[in-house]
Amino acid sequence: MNPVTFHAPQAHAEALRLAARDGAAYIAGGTNLIDLMKEGVMRPASLVDINSLPLDTIAPTEQGGLLLGATARNADTAYHPLVRSGYPLLSAAILAGASPQIRNMASDGGNLLQRTRCHYFYDIAVPCNKRVPGSGCSAIGGLTRQHAILGASEHCIATHPSDMCVALAALGAVVHASSEQGERRIDFTDFHRLPGANPERDNTLLPGELITAIELPPAGQFAAHSAYLKLRDRASYAFALVSVAAALDIGPDGTVRAARVALGGVAHKPWRVPAAEDALLGKQPASAAFEACAELLLAGARGHGQNDFKIPMARRAVVRALGQAAAGTIDNMHAAPASAGKEPL
Amino acid sequence: MDAHTTAGPAPAVATYPISLRINGEQRQCEVEAWVTLLDLLRERLGLSGTKKGCDHGQCGACTVLVGGKRINACLTLAVMQNGKEVVTVEGLADGGQLHPLQQAFIDHDAFQCGYCTPGQLCSAVGLMREGEARTVAEVRELMSGNVCRCGAYPQIIAAVTQVMGLAEHKDNPDRPYLPGTVPA
Repeated sequence: MNPVTFHAPQAHAEALRLAARDGAAYIAGGTNLIDLMKEGVMRPASLVDINSLPLDTIAPTEQGGLLLGATARNADTAYHPLVRSGYPLLSAAILAGASPQIRNMASDGGNLLQRTRCHYFYDIAVPCNKRVPGSGCSAIGGLTRQHAILGASEHCIATHPSDMCVALAALGAVVHASSEQGERRIDFTDFHRLPGANPERDNTLLPGELITAIELPPAGQFAAHSAYLKLRDRASYAFALVSVAAALDIGPDGTVRAARVALGGVAHKPWRVPAAEDALLGKQPASAAFEACAELLLAGARGHGQNDFKIPMARRAVVRALGQAAAGTIDNMHAAPASAGKEPL
Repeated sequence: MDAHTTAGPAPAVATYPISLRINGEQRQCEVEAWVTLLDLLRERLGLSGTKKGCDHGQCGACTVLVGGKRINACLTLAVMQNGKEVVTVEGLADGGQLHPLQQAFIDHDAFQCGYCTPGQLCSAVGLMREGEARTVAEVRELMSGNVCRCGAYPQIIAAVTQVMGLAEHKDNPDRPYLPGTVPA
């Protein structure tokens, strides 16, 4: 790791002031940042530890939603009674990610800021536009099994690695951010960005801006019919090749009243297509509608050779996840491998 | 937290005074910001029971309990844990009395090369405290942050589930394992 100084401010304003300095980085869980520092990928001059700030609570909002504090731990969030009951999709997605040890440390705010696991990004001996802007992309034409099939650019084909964020995108979360310029709210779909010509920027936070909380909309709408399906190279503790957060609101007449579908592992951000969700409205929750939804979600998908398989895999995963959601939220009170769960399709 | 600058040959490096309660004993240290909890335990405090495997949070060999929760000691800075209670594998036994998991690991020959064992033990203690695993499948899932490359998983699962009082588990009922062998 590079030489670095450490600060543990006790007050919000002090944290913002320290983070406004050149080379400063916030640290909460540190599970990704410290790893990247060991690899020399990130070399902050100073660390601003925000764990002393009162940002770790999970509490209902006046609007009937839930506010997840930025430094609440992933495990505490996944197992929180109000998350389990109101947002089982979020609980399932978090428990599909990383390991118990990492979930015990990793913070909710930090989960949004974790960086791609593209091996070229991690290898400081090779060009990478995300690590060194303008240096080129080694992934294009390289080993692309884990790379993007949607939303990529000629400058970067990396994917966002988070599971939690896929569920947050589907649930319509809002990110609360704070800087010396003030507070603001960022819709989750606007938080992460596509690579374009500036893949070094993962999100729309301003320099020094701090995530203070993640707000979930009122609970209940999707609690009965949601599923997080994660497909990966081993049964546990691996990043997604493709994942699907599927949430349905099924009306008394048995047709779809509202739908949300987000894909993970396929793009620089959780992938949502409003038209694909709208295609489910008023339809019977059955294969024909799910397949139409999948077609629209995957429209324009393009592989890079080794990851071509992700396109049909994602299409089938969408159909399967929507089927699981329609059949009823699988009890995820306890983490069990997918093979041990009910398989309605 | 205020940094101290150490005297001596230039350039001066900032260090930070920290206090940790480790296996019941209060310890004071001065650490540079980039010293991980793992390196502090092993290299500076001589607690070499906690193992450095991958050093990137992928194998679980460095698992310790901080504030009663299992974490990867390689992925946290010592200075971030100032004031916390740390339990390593050296702190699991009660005097001369092994922790029930340690005895179960012996009984089931859940060691093989043994390098992952301290992390497996600390992780299993954490798992039991968390109270989220109710079945053998859930124990397996919630032990997945601990990678044993020599393949003691069946014995480890048997040891953990026995201490938890879960039904006896065989990886494959048709091919029961023999302690000390790797199931083909």
